[in-house]
Amino acid sequence: MFGLTALELARIQFGFTISFHIVFPAITIGLASYLAVLEGLWLRTGNPLYRDLYHFWLKIFAVNFGMGVVSGLVMAYQFGTNWSYFSSFAGGITGPLLTYEVLTAFFLEAGFLGVMLFGWNRVGPGLHFFSTLMVALGTLISATWILASNSWMQTPQGHEIIDGRVVPVDWLAVIFNPSFPYRLAHMVVAAYLSTALFVGASGAWHLLKGRDTPAVRKMLSMAMWMLLLVTPVQIAIGDMHGLNTLEHQPAKIAAVEGHWERPEPGAGVPLILFGIPDMAREETRHAVEIPRLGSLILTHSLDGEIPALKDFPPEDRPNSTIVFWTFRVMVGLGFLMLFLGAWSAWLRWRGRLYASRPFLRLAACMGPSGLVAVLAGWYTTEIGRQPWVVYGLMRTGDAVSPHGPLQMGFTLVLFIVVYCIVFGAGTAYMLRQVAQGPGPHAGPPGGPGQAHQPMRPLSAAPDDPGAGPAAPSHARS
Amino acid sequence: MDAGIDLPLVWAVIILFGIMMYVVMDGFDLGIGILFPFLPDRGDRDVMMNSVAPVWDGNETWLVLGGAGLLAAFPVAYAAVLTALYLPLVLMLVGLVFRGVAFEFRFKASDRRRHLWDKAFIGGSLVATFFQGVTLGAYIGGIEMRDGAFAGGPFDWLSPFSLFTGCGLVAAYALLGGTWLIMKTDGELQRRMRGLSRAAAWAVFGAIAVISVWTPLTHPQISERWFSLPNLFWFAPVPVLVVAVLAGLLRAARTESHSGPFLLALALVFLGYTGLGISLWPSIVPPGLSIWQAAAPPQSMGFTLVGALLIIPVILAYTAWSYYVFRGKVRHGEGYH
Repeated sequence: MFGLTALELARIQFGFTISFHIVFPAITIGLASYLAVLEGLWLRTGNPLYRDLYHFWLKIFAVNFGMGVVSGLVMAYQFGTNWSYFSSFAGGITGPLLTYEVLTAFFLEAGFLGVMLFGWNRVGPGLHFFSTLMVALGTLISATWILASNSWMQTPQGHEIIDGRVVPVDWLAVIFNPSFPYRLAHMVVAAYLSTALFVGASGAWHLLKGRDTPAVRKMLSMAMWMLLLVTPVQIAIGDMHGLNTLEHQPAKIAAVEGHWERPEPGAGVPLILFGIPDMAREETRHAVEIPRLGSLILTHSLDGEIPALKDFPPEDRPNSTIVFWTFRVMVGLGFLMLFLGAWSAWLRWRGRLYASRPFLRLAACMGPSGLVAVLAGWYTTEIGRQPWVVYGLMRTGDAVSPHGPLQMGFTLVLFIVVYCIVFGAGTAYMLRQVAQGPGPHAGPPGGPGQAHQPMRPLSAAPDDPGAGPAAPSHARS
Repeated sequence: MDAGIDLPLVWAVIILFGIMMYVVMDGFDLGIGILFPFLPDRGDRDVMMNSVAPVWDGNETWLVLGGAGLLAAFPVAYAAVLTALYLPLVLMLVGLVFRGVAFEFRFKASDRRRHLWDKAFIGGSLVATFFQGVTLGAYIGGIEMRDGAFAGGPFDWLSPFSLFTGCGLVAAYALLGGTWLIMKTDGELQRRMRGLSRAAAWAVFGAIAVISVWTPLTHPQISERWFSLPNLFWFAPVPVLVVAVLAGLLRAARTESHSGPFLLALALVFLGYTGLGISLWPSIVPPGLSIWQAAAPPQSMGFTLVGALLIIPVILAYTAWSYYVFRGKVRHGEGYH
C-alpha cells in the first residue's frame, strides 16, 4: 500500500493512534494539578474568582478526560494486534505495568472523579478538595506506570531472558530503570507547561476579544508565572535527560545531532544548528555549525567526544533525518516558551501584561505549542531508539505481527477517518467551551442521586455551550 | 512467589470474570443501540439513552482491564489471539469509539444534526456487537499456532460459523437491552420492549441451539467433553436450565413483571457463557494451548495479582453503589443531562 511495507504501516498506525491519545492525557495531567491549585486557593483566600475559574476549567477537564478514555481503549489492544511478537516476548514486564496503570485509572474514575465533577454541593469543601487532590495524584501515578514501561523498553534492566522470553527478576530495578526518573520528570513538566500554554492562550484570546475580566486576567497571569518559573526547570531536566541518553543510547544522540564522524582529538564536537542528515550519503548536508558547542552541551567540556553515527553499523542507526528535526522543533519551541515567559515578566513589571497586543497575540498563538513540543519530543525518543523496540534486546522488525500491507493499510485508513471525525468533533466542542470564558459559578450542578445527575466525565459539560454560564462579553460596557 | 497458589488458574478466573462483567454490562447498553431503529421517536430514544447514560463508560472499562490483564497474565495468548482476530477486533474497537462519542454528542448536538449522531450510535453499536460475536465464533473455531505464535492467514476468522455467532450476539445484546428497558421504563415504551424482547429471546434460543449442535459436530474434543461419561451428568443441567430459563423469560416478558425478564436474560447469557467455558476449558488459545502453557512468569502474575486483589473489590463496590443510586424508572423529560 503506497509502497510501504507492513512494518512501516504498523509503525505509522501505532504512531498515529498514540499521538492522538497522548494529547489528552497530557492536558488531563496538567489541568488536574491546576484545578487542585485553584481549589486550594479558593479555600484559602475565599476569593470567588478562584471558584469560578475552577468550575470553568473543570468542564474542559471533563471533556478532555472523556476523550482520553475513548482513545485509550484502542491502545490497550494495539500492542497485541500490531506487535504480537513484542507482546509475547516482553509481556511479562510491560503487561503488569500497563495493568497497574489501568487499575489506577479505573480506581480513580470509580472513586474520586465522580465526587470531583459532581459533588461540589453534595460533600463538604474539605472532602471535595481531597477528591481533586486524589484525581491529580491519580493522573501522576498513571503517568508513572506508563513511563516506567516505556523507560524499561528504552533502558531495560532487572530481567532475565529465559526460553526466549523476558522474565522479571527484580521489579524495583525494572521500574526504576536508568532513564525512568528523567523521562518521568520531563514528561510531567511538559504536561504542566502544555497546560499552562493552553490556559494562557485562552486568557490572551479573551483579552484580545475585549473580555477583560478579573478571572481572565488571573488565568493569563497564573499561566505566565508557570511558564516563567518552570520553562528553565524543564530545559535543565531536558539537559540531564540528554546526558542520560548519551550514556545509555549513544546512537540516538548521534542521530539527534546529525553527528557522523568523530572529530580529530582535541577538536571538539560542533553543534549543527541547521542541516539535512542524509542516511544514504552518511553525512549532514548544508550543515551550519558552531564549533565545540556540541561538546560543551553534551560533555560540559570544550573538547569532549561523543560517539558518532559511523561508530554503529548502518542497520543499527536510527533515522537521523527525522530525529534531527523533531528534536530541533522541540528545543526551538522550548526556547520560544522561555522567551514568552521572560516577555511576560518584563510586561508585568512595566504594568502592561494585559494590554500589550503583540504579546497577547503571541501567547494566543502558542496555545498548542506545548502539545506540539510533546509530540516532537516523543518522536525524537521513539524514532531515535530504532531499530530497537526493547533496546538491545528486540528489534522492531522482529516485534511486528505477521499482517500483510493491504490489511494494515485498510485499518490505518479506517483509524484516520474515524479519529478525525470523532476527535475533531470532540476538540471543536472543547474549544467552544473555552470560547465561552469563565463566568460566575451558578447553581448546583447536580450529582449522583439528584434529579439532574450527570455521572460521566463528558456530561459535566453543559449540553449546549450557548446555554452555559453567560460569557462576560459585555463586562467592559 | 510459589506459595502453592495456581497463579494461571487464579488469573484465568479473574479474566473470565472480567469478560463476563463486560458482556453482561456493556451487553445491555450495546443492545439499546441495536433496538434504536425500532423506535424512531426522539422522546423514546432520549429515555432509552438516559437509562444507561450514568453507567455505560464504566461498563466499557472492563474491556480495557480484560485486554491489559490478558497481556500481563497470558502474553502468548494475548499476542496470538489479537493477531489472529486483528480485523474483527479493529472493527469492534472502531465501533465502540464511534458509539461512545455518539452517546455524548447526541445530547449536545443541535436538532438538525442529532439524526447523524443517532445513526452513528446505531451503526457503532451494531458493528461493535457483530464483530464481538465474530471474534467469539472465530475464537471457538480455533487459532492456528506454530512455535508459540499465530501461524494462520488474515481471513482465518471469517467462516459461516463466526458470521453466525456475530448475528447470535446481536440477538443476545438486543435481548439484554430490551429486558433492561422493561425494567427501566413504563407505559407504551415498556409494552413495545416486551414484544421486542420476546422476539429476541426466541432468536437467542435458536442461536444457542444451533451453536450447541454445530460445535460438537465440528470439534470432536468439544463433543467428547460434553457427551462422555460422567461429564454428561455433570453438564446436563446446563441445557435443561437454558430451556427452563427461556420458558420463564417468555412468560415474564408477557406478564406484569418488571425486573424478572432482565434477570432471566442475564441468567440465559450466563448459561451460554458457562456452556462455552465448559467446551473450551482449560484452553486459552483453542484448541491446543492451555492457560498453563500460555502463562506469564510467576513473578509477573504475582506482582499484578496484588494490585488486582486490592482494587477490583473496590471497583465492584462502587459499581454496585452507582447502580443502586440510579435504580428506578426513567421517564420522558427527565434525564441525567
